[in-house]
Amino acid sequence: MSMEKLLLRNIGVTDSHTLAVYQSRGGYQSWEKVVRNMKPAELIEAVKASGLRGRGGAGFPTGMKWSFVPKDSPKPKYLVCNADESEPGTFKDRLLIEQDPHAIVEGTLIAAFAIQSHTAFIYIRGELVAGAKILERAVEEACRAGYNGKNIFGSGYDLDVIVHRGAGAYICGEETALLSSLEGGRGWPKVKPPFPATHGLFGCPTVVNNVETLAALPWIIERGAAAYAAMGTEKSKGTKLFSVSGHISRPGVYELEMGYPFKKFLEEDCGGVPNGRKLKGVIPGGGSMPVLRPEEIEKVNLDYESVQAAGSMLGSGGVIVMNDTTCMVRAAWNIARFYAHESCGQCSPCREGCHWMEKIFHRIEHGEGQAGDLDLILNISGNIMGNTICPFGDAAAMPAAAFIRKFRPEFEAHIAEKRCTVAG
Amino acid sequence: MALEFSPEALKQFEETVARYPKKEAAMLPVLYLAQREFGHLGPEAIEYVARLMEQSPARVHGVVSFYTMYNMKPIGRHHIQVCRTLSCALGGSERITGLIKKKLGIEPGQTTADGRFTLSEVECLASCGTAPMIQVNDEYYESLTEEKLTAILDSLR
Repeated sequence: MSMEKLLLRNIGVTDSHTLAVYQSRGGYQSWEKVVRNMKPAELIEAVKASGLRGRGGAGFPTGMKWSFVPKDSPKPKYLVCNADESEPGTFKDRLLIEQDPHAIVEGTLIAAFAIQSHTAFIYIRGELVAGAKILERAVEEACRAGYNGKNIFGSGYDLDVIVHRGAGAYICGEETALLSSLEGGRGWPKVKPPFPATHGLFGCPTVVNNVETLAALPWIIERGAAAYAAMGTEKSKGTKLFSVSGHISRPGVYELEMGYPFKKFLEEDCGGVPNGRKLKGVIPGGGSMPVLRPEEIEKVNLDYESVQAAGSMLGSGGVIVMNDTTCMVRAAWNIARFYAHESCGQCSPCREGCHWMEKIFHRIEHGEGQAGDLDLILNISGNIMGNTICPFGDAAAMPAAAFIRKFRPEFEAHIAEKRCTVAG
Repeated sequence: MALEFSPEALKQFEETVARYPKKEAAMLPVLYLAQREFGHLGPEAIEYVARLMEQSPARVHGVVSFYTMYNMKPIGRHHIQVCRTLSCALGGSERITGLIKKKLGIEPGQTTADGRFTLSEVECLASCGTAPMIQVNDEYYESLTEEKLTAILDSLR
């Protein structure tokens, strides 16, 4: 893994969070280039050509998302940076927020210019109090330097950036829920279509982009779309951040060129499973994604298509590693409990189903499982999938079903023997 | 006496609302302000915020009860929140919760009799690579060991 770092290029540099250090490393030159020399349509085309896809989990092409914003709308337009990082096993955005906030601010400014928005929000999860302060300071510093505010670089373009704190709700990472929250209400997702690009914040055209997506923009403008598109695979371009946690020798945030071999990454870059233990399962893309068995990752590369072909999804790049002492019933219950706690309560299949799955996993884990429980969970999971307003339902249903399908004998032993046969 | 903001808080309220394109968008920051002023968001605080924000108390109550960071009941001076989600669980969060329970003599959801500590178990706080971890009020404490945890608890007066 000896590639040039795009997203982590400022991480580890002393005082990387300050404007002076960011500028000394070329910061805000892309922004100046955009405002002075580029038309919004050119900028959108450049980002389309780069192949950049949304890093929040869905992987939707960023330039295309911007192009859906109507150019002739009389309504105000909004750009929202999604810094509500809450996906289990994911902590990459937090690293950028704390150590390279100006890259996020610069990316936010560039994206806002692309859609000609004059008000941008950075919606950060409420628990990251320190991160919100760092971002607020970065926005203030940038404003004092004339990068945001009125008449930027004398161009007549105005852009105000507001750092807005969430208040503790995983669902607000879903873009329509985030907008409901930003409108001052409960974080309830909305039916799509209409999409935020036409009917977003307060019914106005809005684009929501993830922190990591936005942080890639300054590099793409600086080096050109072709340089970005030269990295990665045919359909997954550029680099991506991976958060690695669990039973692994060197946990942390890694930047990889898309398409990097998964097994090599875990064994060589992350040092493998420690203490002489063996790998039992790995979740490749955050808690919402199906777990994979060791034999399933043999030929998988870390890009959207390859992980999907293996039966899971790249998602947020939150890699959770489990060794052979891990009780998969307990792991499944843990994840089910997360979704039961976080379901927003709007759609019945999710509101009811998540709690039932949690209760049934709980009783299996606690030696009270009954014959038929596993099929019951698969049935509930199947009834949630595709039947909810937002992808949360699928995010709860997919991992539950995957844990059972991939480790069924362990679940059956748990039910038959009324105890854990793995962790004791 | 009915609850109301101090003149300083009222000024901050007005500045906050002025930042946003619509008044209702300021709901979350205004609730944070109210929580800071009043300690928690009980019925009276909710009614007061509703009046300030020109919304029904029912709507404000709905918002407050939706989010985990608004406290509808009084809590201890130090709110210890143990992350229990998968990466932290693999890293030993249950042991951390057990140690805190033993040291403070309370269960999750309870507050010590002296009002010093409230213990909660919470979901993923984006600190998975440095598990296990706790958040105490605004601060994160990561890569915890028993010794580190004991030192942290002893330092919180």
